[in-house]
Amino acid sequence: MSDLSHIRNFAIIAHIDHGKSTLADRLIQLCGGLDDREMKEQLLDSMDLERERGITIKAQTVRLLYTAKRDGKVYQLNLMDTPGHVDFAYEVSRSLAACEGSLLVVDASQGVEAQTLANVYQAIDANHEIIPVLNKVDLPAADVARVKTQIEDVIGLDTSESVGISAKTGLNVDQVLESIVTRLPPPTGDLNAKVQAMLVDSWYDSYLGVVILVRVRSGTLKKGMRMRMMQTGAVHPIDKVGVFTPKMLETDSLSAGEMGFIMAGIKSVADCSIGDTMTDDRNPTTEALPGFKPSIPVVWCGLFPVDTSDFELLRDSLAKLRLNDSSFEFQMETSAALGFGFRCGFLGLLHMEIIQERLEREFDLDLITTAPSVVYKMYMTDGTMMELHNPADMPDPVKIDRIEEPWVKATIMVPDEYLGQVLALCTERRGIQMDLTYAGARAMAVYKLPLNEIVFDFYDRLKSISRGYASFDYDMADYTESNLVRVSILVNNEPVDALAFIAHHSQAEFRGRQICARLKDLIPRHMFKVPIQAAIGGRVIARETIAALRKDVTAKCYGGDISRKKKLLEKQKEGKKKMRQFGRVEIPQTAFINALKMGDD
Amino acid sequence: MDNQDHRIKTIPQGDEGFGLYIHWPFCLSKCPYCDFNSHVVDTIDHGVWSQALIKDLETQSARLTGQGRILTSIFLGGGTPSLMAPNTVAALIDRAADLWPTAPDLEITLEANPGTVDRDRFRDFKLAGVNRLSLGIQSLDDRALQFLGRVHDAKAALAALDTARSLFDRFSFDLIYARPGQSLEDWEAELRQALTLGSDHLSVYQLTIEQGTRFFGAYCRGDFTLPDEDESADLFLLTRDILATAGLPAYEVSNHARPGQESRHNLIYWRGGDYLGVGPGAHGRLRVDADGFRATVAHRRPESWLKRVADTGTGLKEETHIPPRHRAQEMLMMGLRLAEGVSDTRMRRLTGLGLADIIDRDGLSMARSEGLIECEKGQLRATEAGIPTLNALTAALMII
Repeated sequence: MSDLSHIRNFAIIAHIDHGKSTLADRLIQLCGGLDDREMKEQLLDSMDLERERGITIKAQTVRLLYTAKRDGKVYQLNLMDTPGHVDFAYEVSRSLAACEGSLLVVDASQGVEAQTLANVYQAIDANHEIIPVLNKVDLPAADVARVKTQIEDVIGLDTSESVGISAKTGLNVDQVLESIVTRLPPPTGDLNAKVQAMLVDSWYDSYLGVVILVRVRSGTLKKGMRMRMMQTGAVHPIDKVGVFTPKMLETDSLSAGEMGFIMAGIKSVADCSIGDTMTDDRNPTTEALPGFKPSIPVVWCGLFPVDTSDFELLRDSLAKLRLNDSSFEFQMETSAALGFGFRCGFLGLLHMEIIQERLEREFDLDLITTAPSVVYKMYMTDGTMMELHNPADMPDPVKIDRIEEPWVKATIMVPDEYLGQVLALCTERRGIQMDLTYAGARAMAVYKLPLNEIVFDFYDRLKSISRGYASFDYDMADYTESNLVRVSILVNNEPVDALAFIAHHSQAEFRGRQICARLKDLIPRHMFKVPIQAAIGGRVIARETIAALRKDVTAKCYGGDISRKKKLLEKQKEGKKKMRQFGRVEIPQTAFINALKMGDD
Repeated sequence: MDNQDHRIKTIPQGDEGFGLYIHWPFCLSKCPYCDFNSHVVDTIDHGVWSQALIKDLETQSARLTGQGRILTSIFLGGGTPSLMAPNTVAALIDRAADLWPTAPDLEITLEANPGTVDRDRFRDFKLAGVNRLSLGIQSLDDRALQFLGRVHDAKAALAALDTARSLFDRFSFDLIYARPGQSLEDWEAELRQALTLGSDHLSVYQLTIEQGTRFFGAYCRGDFTLPDEDESADLFLLTRDILATAGLPAYEVSNHARPGQESRHNLIYWRGGDYLGVGPGAHGRLRVDADGFRATVAHRRPESWLKRVADTGTGLKEETHIPPRHRAQEMLMMGLRLAEGVSDTRMRRLTGLGLADIIDRDGLSMARSEGLIECEKGQLRATEAGIPTLNALTAALMII
């Protein structure tokens, strides 16, 4: 074909559980991409974790062939599945940049959520044509009229041509396909120009090596072509070119306007710079496409093996995971309390949880996780600046001129009845209100919040005070100077580095008291009194004492009891392995993260 | 080559002694707190049981390698051994005295429950050779006895104690305390009454809920509650204080005696001596050679045990080899229960290993600096402060 009018590239934007993956599956099925036997629930979420949590982590793409009702012609529809979660906002923006239009899927009973909002704004920024799709219209709780009004008021989209569907039953899904053809614009691009292709994503497959997802802007990428990455200058001959249907299908070439994959014998995803422009080494373009901002880890925590002899395994496992996810970083860390481990940086809290879970599941590691921290900028009196990832590394305060901490712009959508508590929570966490609007019975609050106030448990608290109805999303905003102090925790008069944290001076005392009180419950009684203190420098700001064990002795022990009692003793000793010895005190491994969770639960 | 190198090294028997334990597995009724091997049956063929117990004793003794053991004690436990026919007791004692040389002060204890014996029967046991009685009194309070499921009341308990006192120079009795709702005052009054009853030995146990007992289910359901850690500690310390002041200090966690009146048989367990276990469910620990010890366990069910004796000559179910290090650890665990503590010299003589070989240095240094343990003249012992938390202390001291 000589023009691009038969191509449509689109993404689906939706909140978790609003039915994005179900709709995608239905579209694939309608276009005959897979027969029923091959349909698995939520095809596009291929990682176990993705399927279990109902989220998408890596972007994926599927080519569908659809015969339009309006003209009987076959259209090539390229569906880009995008991650829905805030932590993967960068991946969302990349996916959106590869498309010309989006489907905005909104649950007809739930309405617009904060996450949806953030992503739909990104789509508007990317000049997308957007088709509102109301899902689950067949449910008794559905309120199509209200949700339409909300979409118009909050987002400002015209809903007169929206489609009401049930992705689950398939109701009106064919109308969605037809709307894609009629309402979304075809891509632009010159088939005969020099090759310009955008590297959208890449991942490591243990059988295939690195697979690169591309969107061709102009010209044609062909098998055998020597492909040059414009940023790095590296040249790789293309081994394979193809598309996902969603099965991998080799096509030998991808032309302007199309999406698909290439393989070029690349060993690591770290060699593929996301957003880079690829061109033909023999006939290169000089014009690079606008790239992307690199994703930067914003949340850091320590990961330590429970069994110290697993350190090497942890290192190898992290390296393997990084082959597939270059967005997290790790560097070796030594803790007096926890031994050798790694300081790891993540895009957000969910990203952190996912990596931890993958390490535990796929590599069978038992890990101790320290409380997450954000990256502080320390401006020193000697004029230098250092980034602080770990509270334990905080320099001597006299050498610090000022400290800046990262702030985010958070959007929270919540039913009116819970608004009061949500605003109180934001205020408690040093939030600054920027906007407060209402749409129907829902309020939208926009706050500036320090990231360190939300990394621990903000989301959990928000969910619990709103009974699960509030939704939340954030964007990194800026760094602002702040009066921050490091609070050390002393157990039995010795500082435990893994429990130190950085807090705003106004919160330090309260948090210190809270953590001491928590540790009092988390650390079992010992044979001696165990004082627990929180201190800023040499000044103790909170104190608790774990009373000494008073009575633990078996009443009867005679000849027949020896073996049994010895086994109990061995068990008791075995139980100590779940503890970390710190000086004379044994601290349960779970305490390192549980102690720092805020709020009452 | 020197001939002596080929001889099995004989280890002289020390003050830990060598004892014979005989288990009688029957009771009139099963107490709700008891997880011992006891059974309630309609009829007992005393002739069959007498022969089987003797057979078990003979078979096991024949397996012992000649190491010049001197029998220092016999303990008839149960169950309710006061339900045994006195001639069975006599036959067992006589047979044991044939099998080993006996110490001049051979201690022969029989456990008895009030209500199972009259004066004549006590006299018959005495004639059979029993020279020490251990009475399962458990409480001097009728309501408590009822809660504990005992068949006797306080009056019967006092009568049994009168009889015991009139016939035996040495007798002991058991009490169970830290019962649901028991106050310090109640217990002090009961304990002071017990002190007027003329015994030089008292075993006082805090009520413990064991799996597989009727109390276990009831406790899990919340039918009753036990004193919490603080109350239990207060009761424990009060007991030690009152009895020590009365001249019966604790020589073991739950056992109190006027000096010299300790149970010699039970000291064997706590000091790490050898003991042979005869009867259903009985355990034994016996030195085999310089390379280790043998732990024996007999079948618990009376019928199974009888059948095994008939088939093989002994009711043993399993015999396990215990390497010296494990035995040394057992000696540490048991010995710390004693006021005198664990003897390094004895441990070296019996196992070839000393305290330094099996003790965790960090744990020891913690325990010493906290004043929980002291080491003097080769005896490692838990202090007054250490005894109440002995389980945690032992775990801290032991390398496993």
